[in-house]
Amino acid sequence: MTTLRQRLVPYGLMSPGLLWLALFFVVPMFFMAWFSVSSGSLEAGWSLTWTFSNYTDAISNYTTQFGRSFLYAGAATILCLLLGYPLAYAIAFKAGRWQNLMLFAVIAPFFTTYLIRTIAWKTILEDSSPVVSFLKTIQVLPSDGRVLATSAAVIAGLTYNFLPFMVLPLYASLERLDLRLLEASKDLYASATQTFFRVTLPLTAPGIIAGVLLTFIPAVGDYVNATFLGGVNQSMIGNVIQAQYLVINDYATAAALSFTLMIIILIAVMLYIRFAGTEALMGDEEEASA
Amino acid sequence: MTLWQRLKDNATLYVGLLVVFYMLAPIAVIALFSFNDPTGKFNFEWVGFTTEYWANAFDNQEINDSLWLSIRLAFFTSLGATILGTLIALALVRYEFFGRKAANLLIVIPIATPEVVIGAALLSLFVYASASLGFTTLLIAHIMFSISFAVIVVRSRLIGFDRRLEEAAADLGASPLTTFFKVTLPLLLPGIAGALMLTFALSVDDFVISNFNAGSSVTFPLYIFGANQRGIPVQVNVIATMLFLVAVIAITFVILQQRRVEKLVEKRADDDNKASVAIPI
Repeated sequence: MTTLRQRLVPYGLMSPGLLWLALFFVVPMFFMAWFSVSSGSLEAGWSLTWTFSNYTDAISNYTTQFGRSFLYAGAATILCLLLGYPLAYAIAFKAGRWQNLMLFAVIAPFFTTYLIRTIAWKTILEDSSPVVSFLKTIQVLPSDGRVLATSAAVIAGLTYNFLPFMVLPLYASLERLDLRLLEASKDLYASATQTFFRVTLPLTAPGIIAGVLLTFIPAVGDYVNATFLGGVNQSMIGNVIQAQYLVINDYATAAALSFTLMIIILIAVMLYIRFAGTEALMGDEEEASA
Repeated sequence: MTLWQRLKDNATLYVGLLVVFYMLAPIAVIALFSFNDPTGKFNFEWVGFTTEYWANAFDNQEINDSLWLSIRLAFFTSLGATILGTLIALALVRYEFFGRKAANLLIVIPIATPEVVIGAALLSLFVYASASLGFTTLLIAHIMFSISFAVIVVRSRLIGFDRRLEEAAADLGASPLTTFFKVTLPLLLPGIAGALMLTFALSVDDFVISNFNAGSSVTFPLYIFGANQRGIPVQVNVIATMLFLVAVIAITFVILQQRRVEKLVEKRADDDNKASVAIPI
């Protein structure tokens, strides 16, 4: 028998932290919702007018940036998966004495500031940099071509910055893989390719799903890469929200844009999870409660 | 074994090593350009080698101020978020209670929300409440986005926790509070240390959420963002390289320490096994 007092213990333990999250994550969402249907200006103040046209205006004015954000983030996520899977696989099974060094390389970017990392890419992709000259010499790039201020530069930056978020969950799921299943597959005369696609890949699906979400979601909202590596024609929805809030001070439009972004992401995530299976996102949660 | 066979067998390893090179290249560029001697105000083209900026790493008052603000902010953030996160983790792992799914959701959703939305929402609250933006609003925001990460780190440590140790303490007459401070907390320490380090790093590195809620305060990332237009001083590269080295040394130390403890535990377990074998039943 547990007493009432004992049953209240977990609530007591959680309440300070959850209260913080409620006050500074949930409540702000309501105020953002309030702004998104208000009208006014910084000088005159804001009042609730239920102006739903804020949404339609925001979406129709910035369709390009929305599209671009999802395109760039999607491309970066696919690239992260294509680069990250072999890397995670190599770390888990092939690295041998290189294992620690390779794991270190994956988290090393976290030890330098995000902005400086992005600026380092600006240095690497500068018009007169050795990399760009090389690309021109092998004629991948025309002699007057640029890499900076192109979509490719922004996608490359996003890929670089979010790659660790892909590799770490992939590595975690690969490491947990029961190697005897791979041996069994071999014993049953599956080729290496068959084993990979029919055993390894399905068993690491939770890692792939977690990695895709952890890469895609922050990439969609990012504006750092577009600011440093892109030009005017590469601005993403994050750039618009940032400018509307902090430069133009049009809180109504900015709030409507933020909400639209969040709703699109929520719908995308829900569809994705329905398509890919539910245990993926909450996988660790269930383990925790078990 | 033919060369081709060898290449084929190790293909994933070579691809992996290429990706590793890709991960490390920008860091090498940052370090390299901390020794650059740029002619203009922009540090994007290699001109010549100098150690001048390493010698005068802390000559730029603006950089120093922003760095100091970031460090103070990260200190209080990691402390606050780790305390709040540890308490939540204890509740989630140790107790069955009504509403745990909702609590889990409240912890996961902030991680799954783009930073720009979190920053914008918080700014909406602060604008509505006419709060003046500065250190306090930054601290509120940083603790908020760090709590979830602290919970995850501490929780993973708690899951592998041997509850029998606490029962043993209770059997030996320790009060729940004594058990907590003398048994639970010391055993949780690696998780707590991990949470402190992670949340500190997250806070120092945060740009987007700070961009929204800093007002006229300038953290280190905000300084870099602002300086980008007028040219980033070479000292920024020097300090970034220093921070990188400090982090690497800290991580190496933690890993070595952990290995030492693990070996000790293994040895003890071995000794225990030997002892139990020696006792005739």
